[in-house]
This record gives sequence, C-alpha cells and structure tokens, in this order.
Amino acid sequence: MKSLRILPWILAGVLIGLGWLLPGWSRFLLTLALARGLVVLGVALLMQAGLVSFGQGLFFAAGAYAVGFAMKYGGVRDAFLATALGALAGLGIAALTGLLLARYRGIFFAMLTLAFSMILYGILLKAYTITGGTDGLRIAPPAFLGHVLPEEHAGIGQYLYTLACAGVFLYLVFRYLESPLGYAVRAVRDNEVRVEYLGLSVSRVLYLTYLLVGVMSGVGGALSALSIGHIVPELAYWTTSGEFVFVALLGGTGSVFAPFIGSALFEFIRTYAYKYAPYTWQMLLGFIMLAIVLFMPGGIWSLSTSIPRRVFGWRWFWKPEA
Amino acid sequence: METLVIILIDGLVYASWLFLIAVGLTLIYGVLRILNLAHGSLYALGAYAAASLVIRYFDRGLWPPGSYFLMLGAAVAVGLLAGPFIERGLLRRIYNRDPVYQLLATYSLFLILEDFIKLVWGVNPYFAYKPAWLLGQVWLGGIPYPAYSVLLIGVALLAGGGLWFFIRRTRTGRLVVAMIYDPEISMALGVNVPRLSLLTFTLGAILAALGGAFTAPTLSVAPGISVEVIVLAFAVVVIGGLGSPEGSAIGALLVGLVRALMVHQRPELELFAIYLVMALVLLIRPQGLFAREEVRRV
Repeated sequence: MKSLRILPWILAGVLIGLGWLLPGWSRFLLTLALARGLVVLGVALLMQAGLVSFGQGLFFAAGAYAVGFAMKYGGVRDAFLATALGALAGLGIAALTGLLLARYRGIFFAMLTLAFSMILYGILLKAYTITGGTDGLRIAPPAFLGHVLPEEHAGIGQYLYTLACAGVFLYLVFRYLESPLGYAVRAVRDNEVRVEYLGLSVSRVLYLTYLLVGVMSGVGGALSALSIGHIVPELAYWTTSGEFVFVALLGGTGSVFAPFIGSALFEFIRTYAYKYAPYTWQMLLGFIMLAIVLFMPGGIWSLSTSIPRRVFGWRWFWKPEA
Repeated sequence: METLVIILIDGLVYASWLFLIAVGLTLIYGVLRILNLAHGSLYALGAYAAASLVIRYFDRGLWPPGSYFLMLGAAVAVGLLAGPFIERGLLRRIYNRDPVYQLLATYSLFLILEDFIKLVWGVNPYFAYKPAWLLGQVWLGGIPYPAYSVLLIGVALLAGGGLWFFIRRTRTGRLVVAMIYDPEISMALGVNVPRLSLLTFTLGAILAALGGAFTAPTLSVAPGISVEVIVLAFAVVVIGGLGSPEGSAIGALLVGLVRALMVHQRPELELFAIYLVMALVLLIRPQGLFAREEVRRV
C-alpha cells in the first residue's frame, strides 16, 4: 500500500499544474470550488457525527465579511492576514453558538443553525451603514506579503493560495478523523448514549468538532471573498447553506477528498445549468438530491467502492493507512 | 394607548397567519416524524392558486363575495392534490430512513416545488387585492383598521376550532393524538399508520394552503414567499414543542406579538427578536413549551 501514500502528492502536483493549463474562467471556478469545498468539508464532518447543518452560511458570510470589514475599515490587504481574520471570525462565532448547539441533535440542530445564519443575514441586511446592505462590499485584490500581483498573474496566485489553504485543512481534518476525537465523532452518530457510558462527554466532542468546522468555513468564506472580490448578505441566506448541504451529499462522506470533488462538480454543473436551464436550475438540483437520498446515500464517493465491487467482485478502498 | 391596540391587533393577525401554517407543520411532524421543509412551498402553492383564480374571477365580473369561497376552494384543492401526491410519492419511501436524510429529501422537494411554481405561474408578481378591498375598514377603539385582516383572525379561529374538535372529539382525531403521544404503542394496538399518515399530511397541506390563500390578497404573490415562511413556522413550532397543536397556537401568539411589537418599536430588530425568543425558550425548556421530553434509548 506504499504507493497509495504518494497519491496525495501526485494529486497536488496535478492540481498545481492545472493552474497553468486551464483557461482563466475554469481556473476561477476551480478556485471557488476549493474555497467552498472547505465549507462543504465542514458540513461533511458534521454529517460524520450525524448532524446536518443548514446554517453553514453563517461562518461563510462571517469569514467573508471579516475580510470585507478589515479591508474597508482597517485597510488590510494582505491575503494571509485576511484569511486569519476569517478563521478568527469563524472560531468566535462557533465558540458562541456552539455553546447552545452542542445540546441539540437532528432536526433541532439543523433548524437552529438555520436560525442563526438567518439572524446574521438580517443583521447584514439591516445594518447597511456598516455592511453596505444588499449592495454588499467590494474587496480589492489581495496582496501577498506586501506584493499585489499584476493582473495577469492574480488569478493563478489566488488559485495556488486557495489550493494551499485547502490542502492544509484537508490534512488537518484527515488527522482529526484518525485521532481518538475523530473516532468519538463517528461513535456519536452510531450511539450517543453508549459513548457517554464509555465516559466521554458527547457535547465536548461535538463542541470541538464544531469549532474546527467554524474555522474551516470561516477560511472558506474569506478565500472566496478574496477571489470573487465582492460580498453580499446572501452568503448567509439559508439557501446558500442548503447548497453546501447539497454538495456534501453529492460528494459523500466517504473520504476527506469527496467534498472537494463534489464541490468542483457542483461549480461546473452550476455554470452550465445557468446557461442552459436558468429557470429550472433549482428543480434540477432537487431531483439530483432526491435521487442521491433515495438511491445513493453515500454520494459520488461511494461509486469508488461500489463500481469496482460490482465489476470485479472485490472491495477496493483508497484510504491511506494510519 | 392607540399604538398598544394596533400592536395587539397586528400581532393577532400575524399570529393567525402563522398558526395556520405552523399547526400543519407540527401535526405532520407529530404523526410522520418528518419535519417538512417543503411546507412553505405548500403555502406558496395555496397563495398562487388563490391569487390567480381570484384575479380571473374578478375579471369576469362575477359576484364579488364569492371570491372568498373561491379562495377556500383553491386552498382545499391544492391540499387535496399536493398532499396525497407528496405523501404517497415521496415521504412513504423515507419513513424508515435516518432523520438527516428525511430532512434532505424534503429539502429537495422544496427546491423542486420552488421551480415548479415559477414554471406554472411565471416570475411576475400577482396582485389579488380585491377581496381585501371589498370589506373596507373597521373602527377598533377609534382606529381605522382593514377589515380583511380581522377576517383573517376569524379564519384562523375557525380552522383552530375545527381542528380542536377533530382532534379531541372524533375517533380519527384521537388516533392522531395517540400517534403523536406514543407511536409504538399505537402501532401495537393496530392503528392504521399509512392511512393516518396520509390523512395528517393532507390536512397539514390544506391548512398551509389555506394560510397562503387567505394572505394572498394582502401581499404581492411573488417567487420567494415560501422561503421565509418555513423558517418562521419552525420557530413557532419549536417554541410550542414539536408535535403539539396547542403549543403551535401559543407559539404563534408569542411570535406574532413579539414581531408586531418590534415592527412598531424597533423594526431593525424584528427577525432578531423572534429568534431570541426561540433561543430563550429552548434554553429553559429544550423540548419546547408543550412537548414531553423524549426518553433517550440505548
């Protein structure tokens, strides 16, 4: 299985290479997919614990607006600092809302996260003197350690930076899932009461997971704000969060890579759907999601085991050994 | 003093609207154990059906008060068509699934219905204000107030009363309560669950469509009206306790009054206040005001 160990590096090499090969528009889509993939990774992580968050837009918008405020009021242009601020905003909000949310499961968790994100949406909309209301805020192209990249290199710089951030969090989540805490998260989904009988605090496990998810989604928001260059309150709207849930389901929770694959697929589907089916785009999403729920609960990732099993009659996993 | 009266009436009007939608949501949850995220779409379907029919009705120049019966008929028709279709076609397939997947399935349904509405009725708003104009104004404590809004309170009271009679005084209704209270024992005693689920879902759909149909004359019926409804209805249902019809009435009153107070005093905090009430209730009674605490099972 040693060869599998270098697979992530090959993947990283291919993705870096793609930065030069792809035309600008699809590189931009891939950048967005990576940034939003971080949020989706958070949703998928919570799904591992059996929780659906319909309010991931809360962190996404918080991260984006942290960047926006820092730029508008603090004159911050550095990409690293902006990302750190996004992470901090996500962490702060997760630390606060997590206190309440760690007590709830299932439907209550889903709808409470939704309510929190709608509160932020309301604030962003109404406090227009600070947030710009529905017009949103403009975000200038970021600087990397004091250098603003020239226009022709800005896209690729943005892409590589997003890729690097995504890689860092991907590794973190991977390690997290291999840690005792990560195993506890999955145990909670299987049987919460038994986990408590084992002497673990379920709410503590979920709270810590929620913090990680908050940071990740905040960074995702900051990164997508930097690459899009414009932020609006709709980032916190619950249909944005619904999209994240959709993508998490599309990719599946079978691997840490699945959210990013789902995310990339989603960005490209969306681009074409806007072009060819602008009025039935949501309906299309709905039908795909329904089909996944009914027939393929493991998402696209489950194909990586189910197709070879059907063809060759053996199980094939791609899961680097711990 | 006058502001207080207005706030009270506004709150009551808003509460009756919320109650019609929330009570269906809570009943469906109680019997089917599925939180129907597409409930707002049923509301929107009711509103669209009523608005488009009412506009045509008045174009023909028919007897104006008949429009109220038309609205009622539209709501019942929407409920009777969409309810069984959704319950039989989709929900029946997911009863034994993880709650998370049930939630996602109804979310997909919401997305589908959202575009379905756009396909059928287009994206331009419908203004079916005439039924509201017909009634003119009433004077409440020296303040003019649209009489139609008072009619809304009446509709909600009638629906609530009818529902109370159904639940407490008829055999089927009592079975519904039994299902909400203890599904396992009810099933063991031979309750016809598929029939009861179909009935409850259809009833909930009719109530949501009724809420939509009767508010249609007071607003511009446009895409997106279903989105906010579900979030608010959920807040109401959570405050009252999931699965409790009485709770949804109290929750609707609470949310309605808080919202009216905020709209008049601090409009920028409106949404915030509603969720604050919800968070407070959940902090004190996590299962809501009226629901029983669920026993955790190993």
